[in-house]
Amino acid sequence: MAETTIKSEIINPENLVYKKTDLMTDKVLSYCPGCGHGTTHRIIMEVIEEMGLMEDTIGIAPVGCSVLAYEFMNVDMQQAAHGRAPALATAVKRLMPHKTVFTYQGDGDLAAIGTAETIHAANRGENITIVFINNGIYGMTGGQMAPTTLPGMKSSTSPYGRDLGMMGHPLKITELVAQLPGTHYVTRQAVHTPANVRKTKKAIRKAFELQKQNVGMSFVEVVSNCNSGWKMTPVQANHWMVENMFPYYPLGDIKVDGEIVENN
Amino acid sequence: MEKELRLMKGNEAFGEAAIRAGTDGYFGYPITPQSEVMEYLMAEKPHERTGMVVLQAESEVASINMLYGGAGCGKKVMTSSSSPGISLMQEGISYMAGAELPCVILNVVRGGPGLGTIQPSQSDYFQSTKGGGHGDYRLITLAPSSVQEMYDFVGLGFEMAFKYRTPVLVLSDGAIGQMMEKVEIDAQVPRLTEEEIRNNYPWATTGRYKGRERNIITSLDLDPARQERHNEALQRKYREIEKNEIRFEKIGCDDADYLFVAYGTSARICQKSMQLAREKGIKVGILRPITLFPFPYAEVEKMAEKVKGILSVEMSAGQMVEDILLAVKGKTKVEHYGRMGGIIPAPGEVVDALEQKLIKG
Repeated sequence: MAETTIKSEIINPENLVYKKTDLMTDKVLSYCPGCGHGTTHRIIMEVIEEMGLMEDTIGIAPVGCSVLAYEFMNVDMQQAAHGRAPALATAVKRLMPHKTVFTYQGDGDLAAIGTAETIHAANRGENITIVFINNGIYGMTGGQMAPTTLPGMKSSTSPYGRDLGMMGHPLKITELVAQLPGTHYVTRQAVHTPANVRKTKKAIRKAFELQKQNVGMSFVEVVSNCNSGWKMTPVQANHWMVENMFPYYPLGDIKVDGEIVENN
Repeated sequence: MEKELRLMKGNEAFGEAAIRAGTDGYFGYPITPQSEVMEYLMAEKPHERTGMVVLQAESEVASINMLYGGAGCGKKVMTSSSSPGISLMQEGISYMAGAELPCVILNVVRGGPGLGTIQPSQSDYFQSTKGGGHGDYRLITLAPSSVQEMYDFVGLGFEMAFKYRTPVLVLSDGAIGQMMEKVEIDAQVPRLTEEEIRNNYPWATTGRYKGRERNIITSLDLDPARQERHNEALQRKYREIEKNEIRFEKIGCDDADYLFVAYGTSARICQKSMQLAREKGIKVGILRPITLFPFPYAEVEKMAEKVKGILSVEMSAGQMVEDILLAVKGKTKVEHYGRMGGIIPAPGEVVDALEQKLIKG
């Protein structure tokens, strides 16, 4: 057995090269290793810290894997009924227009049970930021088919693969909300590589900056893996995501400054 | 200062009371017979009068969840709807009870089940008083029987909602909502500032002011031991409400041989029925529960010891009568008389029912 040396000097504060933001609590994340939720949580909290918005931010947690987001995000949080986060956020923002308000929602929450709330909050042009995690599956309940499950993709309720004739088509809700005049900035990102993490962080920062300008809804989709639900290792899941999810859900800006980006 | 008097519909009085009570936000969806509430509010431009937000939501489901969001920030928020819409709100009401959020909800009841009718009914008593959504919770339920009470119960409702951190339901019906009566209007109550909200409601999610610990609004606790403790705390709160908040009115009860128990529109009808009965020599009184939860069990029991029979008069198949039976404990005869499907009973038929079911029966 190799001898383990504790290099005490690396934990000395003067040698600190990376520190998690104080806006993430010390609570151990409930997410599976390799899942994109933890990274996305951290990015949002870093942006809020860097923009100095802690005292004025109210976040809304969904139902799904990230139902406990309020345990990890160290800002004022409300936990919404399944799919209703945009309704909560609408009221919070309308009643306190100077606050920064965001929802954090998965695909089942945002694109199935909460479709009406999503579309109408977007269409009213609510000055809120929605961060939408799309992993094509219901993770928390054990890997059932989601509105975003790909054609032919297996899940516990589509065990022979999603049959489009029987189960309908995957919903590109991000493209849908981009069509609505109430949205100002709509983008699709991912967090599976450092470069993508940086791009997503930029997108989330832009979304919060736009919220301060009261120009309408900013909507950031993060295509993510679900290695548990997809029954893969984290590495396999990331490869599978690149090969299968990205062609259907292409990364990049969909709407910028209120205008649809051509050739997206 | 002399009070301002106005002639108003019940629904309009509710809208005016909302503005006067310093409400921060109204979120609603049109449904007959209560659409005048939001119509009145929109016409009054409360955003100019007090800064109050009035928003027409995409559904009752969205409305009640907007209340959740607003109440979570310590704001005075309210909605109004009618039976089918209130059914849609039950999930959100359960969440608000669980997360201990104050709000005022008006149900201008119409006949059911299903789409039913747009005419008045009292068939939502069980849903209102026994917990219409999932889980062990109760709603403080106020039953107005006049346009003045439609007005007054907004302020009273908010007082109770914030005192106990729980949703309050005003259980009206299509007749009270649509009829016009004179109303005494209160002076304007100012809306609370953010600083006042921070001080009064330290639980509210208004942002981590000066770096304070974060506030969380949730009804979730996956740990059964903690969830049971939370449930026990809720139950203690409901017992406290039962101890402090029972309200009722007694009319002509001192010499009564018989008793009508009725709320809302039925209580109004029973006043005429009482007069008709007394003209025939039948001494009847009225006990009008104003709070349906908490129900005036003790007062009904006290009356049961004095009278020869109690007639529960409701525009339903007989819902409140179950609470009367619980209160009476067999001490006197209890019967129900009701009409359904949007039919309002005439005063004479109530007297007939009294005679047939209790006096001759």
